[in-house]
Order: sequence, then C-alpha cells, then structure tokens
Amino acid sequence: MTDQTQDRIAGLVNGADVLLFMKGSPLFPQCGFSSRAIAILNHLNVEFDSVDVLQDQEVRQGIKAYSDWPTIPQLYVKGEFVGGSDIMMEMYESGELAQLFADQGVTQA
Amino acid sequence: MPMAAADIEALIVAGIPDARVEITDLAGDGDHYAARVVSASFAGLPRIKQHQAVYAALDGRMGGVLHALQLTTAAE
Repeated sequence: MTDQTQDRIAGLVNGADVLLFMKGSPLFPQCGFSSRAIAILNHLNVEFDSVDVLQDQEVRQGIKAYSDWPTIPQLYVKGEFVGGSDIMMEMYESGELAQLFADQGVTQA
Repeated sequence: MPMAAADIEALIVAGIPDARVEITDLAGDGDHYAARVVSASFAGLPRIKQHQAVYAALDGRMGGVLHALQLTTAAE
C-alpha cells in the first residue's frame, strides 16, 4: 500500500463517526456479508457513511492492509476498527454494538 | 476454487494447535462455510485478535480461495 492510499484511508475512517467499507451501496449491497452489515446498522438506527470498495481498487486492497483484515465488509467507529460482519452480528446479538454506539455518542438516524 | 472442510480445519489446527474446530458447510457447495474455533490461547484477547489468529493460520486464503467463512471464536 502506498503512503498516499494509507493517508486516504486514514482520512476516510477519521472523517465519519460510523463508516462501513462494503461491496455495493446501502440500498444495493453486492454481497451477502455486506448486506448483513447494513441490516444490522439499519436495525440499530445509527447514522453511517459507507465506501463501496468495488468502485475503488486502491481502497479495496489498501483497507485489508490498513486493518490487517482479509475481508469486506469492515466497520469503523470513531476511527477504530470494530470488525467484520461476523463480529458485528455477535456484538449486535449480545447488545455490545448498541452499547458501543451509545458509549461513543453516535448520532441516531 | 473451493476448499474441503478438512483442509480448512487442518490449517487452523496447524496454526493454533489446541484449537477445537467445528466446520459447517452452509450451502453444501464446498464454498460457503461456518467455522467455530475454540482455543485457550484466545483467553483475554479481543474478538478482532481472535479472528486475526484464525486468519493468520489460514495464511492468506481467507478472502482469496476461501471466499465465505463465517467465523465465531471463543476461549475455553
């Protein structure tokens, strides 16, 4: 990953309270795992931004190195990597994700 | 190219020797799996680190030849 890509990704994750790197858009997710991540965020009623990695090969590859995580989707809250869709689901079911959003003062949608 | 469940399990155990691994072939197509990995070595680690340990054992296959692996991890 180039420094430039690294800087771009840092700018993205620090530029939104809740950011999902995904395949496709929230309305038209292009992968079941991204679709599941969107469903969870919608269910918790939080405002979030998303980045469609299918539109940006640099970010698609770069984000995997940035977070040391091999798959998409990836959720960031306040610049911190939270996990992929499996971790999101586990945290959603246990109530931890709602708690994290509340603790971080994330805006409700 | 799909991977056999036994190969996935063998890789995880090679990387995390005390791991107990349960693999489910979700779609019956040899391409969409769920894995539950339990290891004492996960104790005290956040979930991200637990998952990263499994991905490290899979040595670059996750997100590559292994497209869909739903992962849950736990310490003992």
